[in-house]
Formats: sequence, structure tokens, C-alpha cells
Amino acid sequence: MAHDSLYAAPPSAGTDTEQTAGRLTGLRAAFGSWDAAVVAALVLAVLVAGVSVQNFATGRNVQFLLLDLVPLALLALPMTLIVVTGEIDLSVASTVGLCSTLMGQLWLSSGLSLELICVLVVLLGGVLGAVNGLFVTGFGLPSLAVTIGTLALYRGLSFVVLGDQAVADFPASWTAAAVRNIPGTPIPAAVLPVLLLALVFGVVLHATTTGRALYAMGNNDQAATFAGVSVARTKFWLFVASGAVCGLVGVFWTLRYASARGDNATGLELTVVTAVLLGGVSIFGGRGALLGVVAGVLLLGVLRNALQLADVDANALTIVTGALLIASVVLPNAVADLRARLHRRRQRANPVAP
Amino acid sequence: MSLTDTGTPDDLAGRRSSGDDRRRPGFTERLLAVRELSLLLALGALVLVTTLRNDRFLSGQSVKDLLLGCAILVILAVGQTLVIVTRNVDLSVGSILGLVAFCTGSLFLAAPGLPWPVALLLGVALGALCGAVNGGLIAVAKVPALVITLGTLYAFRGIDYYWAAGRQINAADMPRSFLRLGNQTVLGVPVLFLIAVVVVAVVGYYLRAYRGGRELYAIGSEPAAARLSGIPVGRRVFAVFVASGALAGLAGVLYAARFGTLDAAAGTGLELQVVAAAVVGGVAIFGGSGSAYGAALGAVLLTTIGSSLAVLRIDPFWQQAVVGALILAAIGLDRLLALRTAARLRGRSARGA
Amino acid sequence: MSAHRRGFRFGATGLALAALLLSATACGGTTRENSGDDSGAGNQANGAANPDAQLKEGLKIAFLPKQVNNPYFTVSDNGGKTAVTEIKGEFKEVGPSEASASSQVSYINTLSQQGMDVIVTSANDPNAICGALNQAKAAGAKIVTFDSDTKPECRQIFVNQVTAEGIAENQVKLISTQIGGAGEIAILSATANATNQNAWIELMKKELAKPEYSKIKLVTVAYGNDDDQKSFQETQGLLQSYPNLKGIISPTTVGVAAAARYLSGSQYKGKVKLTGLGTPNQMRQYVKDGTVDAFALWNPADLGYLAAYAGAALASGQITGAEGEKFTAGKLGEYTVGTDGVVVLGPPTVFDKNNIDQFDF
Repeated sequence: MAHDSLYAAPPSAGTDTEQTAGRLTGLRAAFGSWDAAVVAALVLAVLVAGVSVQNFATGRNVQFLLLDLVPLALLALPMTLIVVTGEIDLSVASTVGLCSTLMGQLWLSSGLSLELICVLVVLLGGVLGAVNGLFVTGFGLPSLAVTIGTLALYRGLSFVVLGDQAVADFPASWTAAAVRNIPGTPIPAAVLPVLLLALVFGVVLHATTTGRALYAMGNNDQAATFAGVSVARTKFWLFVASGAVCGLVGVFWTLRYASARGDNATGLELTVVTAVLLGGVSIFGGRGALLGVVAGVLLLGVLRNALQLADVDANALTIVTGALLIASVVLPNAVADLRARLHRRRQRANPVAP
Repeated sequence: MSLTDTGTPDDLAGRRSSGDDRRRPGFTERLLAVRELSLLLALGALVLVTTLRNDRFLSGQSVKDLLLGCAILVILAVGQTLVIVTRNVDLSVGSILGLVAFCTGSLFLAAPGLPWPVALLLGVALGALCGAVNGGLIAVAKVPALVITLGTLYAFRGIDYYWAAGRQINAADMPRSFLRLGNQTVLGVPVLFLIAVVVVAVVGYYLRAYRGGRELYAIGSEPAAARLSGIPVGRRVFAVFVASGALAGLAGVLYAARFGTLDAAAGTGLELQVVAAAVVGGVAIFGGSGSAYGAALGAVLLTTIGSSLAVLRIDPFWQQAVVGALILAAIGLDRLLALRTAARLRGRSARGA
Repeated sequence: MSAHRRGFRFGATGLALAALLLSATACGGTTRENSGDDSGAGNQANGAANPDAQLKEGLKIAFLPKQVNNPYFTVSDNGGKTAVTEIKGEFKEVGPSEASASSQVSYINTLSQQGMDVIVTSANDPNAICGALNQAKAAGAKIVTFDSDTKPECRQIFVNQVTAEGIAENQVKLISTQIGGAGEIAILSATANATNQNAWIELMKKELAKPEYSKIKLVTVAYGNDDDQKSFQETQGLLQSYPNLKGIISPTTVGVAAAARYLSGSQYKGKVKLTGLGTPNQMRQYVKDGTVDAFALWNPADLGYLAAYAGAALASGQITGAEGEKFTAGKLGEYTVGTDGVVVLGPPTVFDKNNIDQFDF
């Protein structure tokens, strides 16, 4: 049982070996194509929206769409790595909120320069992440429970920091910079750091021994330990990285909306988890790729934007998000099941396989 | 550093310890009793401190308000206990509550003469149906309940919003007899609280004394072993989700009766408090241990904190932070106890050998 | 092993990087003192108004409330719809399902993308949606706010439900009559940063300082966060903390309904007076059972109606949002634009058991 830290489904993999072996190959086949399926779905969504939704395929809309996606994309990067190791961080949105209010409070009362404040906020985010990491790896507690706790704690603290006040007098040059486009394109400059970080996280996950170790941990903590990987230390730093990215998002959020307030980014954790799962990362850990997650983030963004432009009710959007999340976990398993069943039937049909 | 020293090996030890607890029910029960006792002590201390600051906190009216305030959370926390004990979680309870509450209101709007027990039954049935959707999806998808119920949290709430379309149902739209259910008292005790007590007693007794109840703990401790020993794991887990949904439905009807004013946002974010209540009440988040009584006490404690912060005139913004800190403290404490138990058991078996 | 060391190196590199950044930025950055942010650009009412211009037909007018699932906004948006139908325009209501500023921004962007002539909105945050509104304005849309304003430079017209003075006078007068002109009172407000709530509370304090109210003492202001359960608990807390409390003013629809529900089920029913701003549908029961004598509110449908007409007048060139301009808002008659582009709906309506059945919202 490698994934006790998350809620394993009762008929969890690894119980009766024979059936599981079949399912695992099926799953692997399904997941191998899942990335491709998400990318294909994304392309399809863009094409359909571009043709059928008025005002979708314009430069301005691209700018709006991408700007809305920056926080989601940033948060999804470390979340991918964390989920791959079989853990989860539900406190991300609250951490963003707390970082945002800390930024506001520092700007309001400390007299420090905004440059310094931004750096401090990212570091503070790292510290908040380290608290999660300490509870999970140091005390050996399930990350789900810990981060539900810090979800409430950090959100509560962010209201304690600023109350219900908002700090809004950030310099106009800074707030304008947060939404400025790359000269000559409809692409916001804020996309660049996202790409850079995506590259960094992608390389770490897919091209280093640490990355391979993350998959190993997701598949089996013990095996990873025996293979000489420090599970605790690696996971600890993952939570720190997640916190620091939250700090970065806190800075961006505050500047983009020119408003530091306690309720910033409320509920975003659900969207982040949805995007990561939609991107084909297994909630059990051990499987998933960053490309799929990036495609998942874009797919979510395109769908929401297109539906909004097509005047679809906000409530329908809520249903769509939930349905997507469920579909993204039910579908691959259902497909794998179907394949395994077909496979078995074929085996039964010709018992003497060549 | 301690970071590497603890970690996986201890993790395993901790888990093994919960397995050992199972084999020594006497010990587990003593541990649980300790937990319930410490909750009662915390509750007592909280009430004492608040009363010292303001003696009206213990007045009849105030106690009545407190009992009324915690009833709904208690019912939800007990339902959540059933789920968590099997190493699952149901995050959709807040949305189910909202959906059922609004449905109850609309029902009275459509059929004003409807006797309230019928509405109650229909509400519970709708909740059970939502629970069956959860349970069914989990059985089909074979993925963690966390993910599925996160999805239905959105979906049920979306349906609720869609249906309500910004409408609001007011107390005047519901029959007086139904609304009286929400505020009536029997010998000074609110009816709502009595209903909650009955739910706690029934579920608590079932978990403790019935074979089906004990099997839930077995499933939560080690699903694979439970299946090998012939427990119908899939069916039990499905049933647990139906039960949790039905209790959320009951809570939804009671919510409608108590608050009178209903819009589609009823119960938003409640799932966090419910999970917090269960965890604070000693229900281990990784399954296999905990009692309905503990969860109920956890719910009472959380509600009391809310009221006493208001009475003590402490900045209400602290409330959520306190809830978060309590969750962390509770799971940390559980962990500590588990490690101690494991060490003691290891010591014992070493001496025995 | 290697991962250990990598972890260390990773951390060390991070710290070194941070230290570098710190030292690089510690001196000579943007501070609050030297930022010199001149955001008070004022209300730009460029171009001349033509008071004789006809209202254009076929105007695309969109309502963006704080959230779509709030009954109050459903009523006001329906008022807007009535007005838009009268002037033969296209009406649309969109909005987030939860009241957050960031999701409002995304809707404003969508509306400006769809080429709306008028965006009528109620701001979740006075600053956060400003950037998006200014972009929409630059793209040709006219901006009207109602109920909750943004900074004045981000919109052309703010349709205020009442003047803050009007509310304060009305509420203090109501509670004073109900408690017989003497005793302790408390205020149950929404959130601590709700701009309009705070303005009203300040003015109520001024009003209470008048000699005719000298026997009334305001003991505290509690915040129910516009959350039903929280407001309920806060009311409970108030009555326990202040045993001599005679009356409560709750100038928020959520708060007053929750407080009324608490009082009606408690021993204080009829003894502790309650007034505030509430909707007749929510309060009907409590007025009839004697918990509440009288309360007040503006008509939200009229508010939306007026906002739609103001938007149409802007888009047709009748007004530009400058002080002193006049326009006619259908059945409501003529309105004049005040300072900072504010248009006031009128005095609040008082509801009691004699007239409450005439209203349905």
C-alpha cells in the first residue's frame, strides 16, 4: 500500500495481483495516450471555439485568457510534482491569499521598497510551504489532512493580517506592468516567467534523477527509500517550492488586481487539482507528465473563456468544472477496464496463444 | 536532522500500530475514551473561561442557542465519521445540504399543504440519492473518494445554483409547523439537538456493536485484508456513502427548518468544518479508528468556539485560523499517541519474547 | 545520499539567490513614500453632452452584479431588464456565482470583448475591477456602477441607492421611536470594510450626537460578514455581552433577517427592538409576529431601472457624467447628476405591518 497518504479506493490496486497486473498495463496504455488525448482535446476546443464563438479568436481575447490562466498555471507546476509523489497540497489558494495580504500589510506599514517586499513575500511563501512539509515529512502526517488544516489556518490568518480591509495603493507603474503585453504581441509578459518555471519543473521532473525518484516515491515509498532516495527530504523541498510559487502568485495576483485582500484566490485549490488531474496525473502518484498538465490548464481556461463568451451561465460553468474533474478520473479507468476485459476475452477465445 | 530520521520507517510503524490497536480492542477503546475525555475537558475549559468573562454565556438562552447551533454540524460530522472510518472522505456534504435545503423550500412552495414529515423523508431520500451517485462513481472509477467528491462538490452545487437561478425562499413560504421544528424546544432542549442526539446514538451504537459497523473499521484499517477475510468491501463503502448522503439530506431539511431563509449558497464551505469536526473528534483521517461520539463532541467544540469568540468580542477573523490550528493539533496529537502506543506494544512484545 | 545533497544544494542555491536579490533591491527601490502614485485623476467627462439627444434603440446593456445567486441582485437586475425593454435595447445579465472581484474582472473582459454599449455593475472591490473597467471604457463601453461603487475615475455614473445621510437619519429615527428615545443600542453591520456600511455607521454616530438622541447610547458595532449564521451568532453574542441592550440597527439585508430570526425564537422577542435595511419578503414573517415594528429599504428594482436608464443616457450622448446634467428615467422621472457622477435614487421606503403586503421582493 504505497498511497495511504491519499484516500485509496477500497478495491485498491495491489491487492489481488493477477487482476492488477492486467489493469496496470491497461492503465499504462491509457495513460500513455492520455497526454495526447488532452492535447487533442485542447486543439479541438480551440478550433471549435474559434469557429463558433464570436470574439474568441482575437488578440485581446488571447490576452484576457492567458492573464486569467497565469495563477492557475503557476500553481499547477509544483502541484504536479507533489501529486506525482503521492501527496497533495490543498493549501495553495490560502497560501496565495496570505501572501497577498502580507504583501499589502508590508506595503502599508513597513516602509520597505516594493522590490524587497516581493522577494520577502516569495520567501514567506516558502516558509508557509515548509510548515506543510514539516508536518508531512517531519511528523509523518498525511498531507491531505495537514493541508486541509493549513487551508483553514492560512486563510484565517490572511483575514487576521488585513481584516476585511483591502490595500490598493500600489504604484500604477507596477500594476500596469503586471498586465502589460510583450511588445508587438497579444501575449502578456507575465506568461514568460510561467514558461520559464514550466521549463524548470519539466526538466526536474523528466530529465533528472530527482524526477525519476519522484515517480518512484509515488509508486512505492519504501522502494524509493531502499533505492537510496531520501523521501522525506525531497518531499519537504517540494512543499517549500510549492509555497514559494504560491508567494509568487500572491505577488502577481495582488498587482494584477491592484488589491491585497484576505479573500484573494479563494477556492482556487480545487481548480488547480482539477487541472492537474485533467492533465493525466494519477491521484495515486507515480504517473503523469508536465506537458499533459500544461495542456490541461489551457483546456480548462479555453473552455471557461469560450463558454463565458457564449453567454453560458456561471452556474453551468461550475457544473462543467465538476464534470470535467470526474470525467478525467473516471474515463481512463473505465477505458482501462474495458481494455482489460477485451484482452481477457480474447485470451479466452484463443487459449493456445502463439 | 529530524526530517530524515522520521519519515517513512516511522510512517510504517505508525500504521502498523493502528493495526495492533485493532487486535487489542481494550487498548483502543481506552485511547478513544482518553480522546473523548480530553475533548470534554477542552470544552469545559472553553465554557469556563468564556463564562468567567461573561456570566450570561451559561444562561438558559445561551445554552439553548449553542445546542441549536451545533445540531446540524453534529449530524454531518457523524455521517462523515462513517465515511472516514473506511479510509474515504466525502467532501460533497456541504453541497448536498444546500441542494436538499433548497429542494425542501421549493417543495413547500409548490405544495404548500404538504405535511412536514413527508418533506423530511423526501429530503433524506434526495440526500441518499446524491450519496449513491458518489458511491456509484467511486465503485466504477476505482479512484479515491477525495477526487470524486471534490467533483460532485462542484456538480451538486452547480445544479443547486442552476435550479435556484438567484431565487430566494423565505420563511413565509414554508408552513409554520415545519419552521417550528427548527426552533421548538422540549423541556428546554431544542428538537433539532434531540434529533442530532438520536443520530449520534444510533450511528455510535451501530459502529460499536454491530458486525457491519466493525467491518467498516476493518475496511479502513486494511482494505486488502478486509476483502480477503470475506467482507464485501465494495458494497459496504457504497452503503457508507449513501448513509453519509442521507444524513447530509437530513441536515439539509433541518437547515431549511432552522434558517427559514434559503438561497442556493446554503452550506457553502461547510465540508471543511465537518471534516475538521471529525478529525478534532479523534476520527483518524487515514481510516480504521474513531467514534461517532468523538466526532459529535468535535462538532460541539467547534460551534462553541464560534459562539465564545463572538461573546468574548474577539476579532471573528481568528475563528477560521483557530479551526485550522485545531485540525493540525488534533492530527499531531493522534500521531503522537499512535507512536507511543506502538512503542509500548513493541516493548511489551519484546518482554514477552 | 545524492538526493540528500541535492536537496541541500537546492536549498542553499535558493537562499543564495534570495540573498543576492535582497542586497540588490534593498537600496533605492519603490517605496510607499516615493511611489508618487497620482491615481486621483478625477472623473473624466470628455466630450459635450447633448441634453436633447434621443435615447438610442438597440443598445446592448449588460448587468454584472456582485454575484448571480443573490436574490437582491436578481430583483435589481430585473428592474434593469424592464428599463432596457422599454427603450428597446438588448438586455443581458452575467456574473460570477461567488462574490469575488477577480471573477468579476474576467466577466468585464468578456463583456468588453462582446462589444457591449453599457456595462452596469456593482463592484466587489472598489479597486480590483478598475483596470478592467478602464480597458472596457477604452474599447467604447459606458460604465455605470450601482449599489457599490468603484473609484470615481473608473466609471462614468454611480447610481447610489440613497444618500448615506438619508440612511443614517432614517435608521436612527426608526430605532429611537421604537425604543422610546432612550437606552443602549448596538449596530450589526456586514463586513468591516464594506464602504457604504462604514459611511452609514459614521453618519449614524453623528446623528446620535444630536440633542434629541442624547439618551441613546451606541455601545458597539458587531460584524456579521453578511453571512447568515455569523450574523445570527453575533446577535446572540450582542445580547449576552450587553444585558441592557434596548435595540439593534442592522443596515444589511442578511444581518437584519438573521437578527430577526434569532430574536423571534428567543426570550428577547418584542423586548429588544430591531430595525435595519431588509427586504419585505425576508422580513414579512417577523413584522407579522411582532419581532420587528418597522424597517426600511430602497426599492432594488427601481435601482436597477434607474441604472439602466443612466447607462442608456450615457450611450446616447444625453449626459457624460458631469455634474449638473439632467436625464429622464422612464417612470421614475427626471434625475440630476451630482458631484463625482453620482445619481441618487431617493429616500428609503419604510415598511411596517400596514404596508408590507404591497411589496413583493
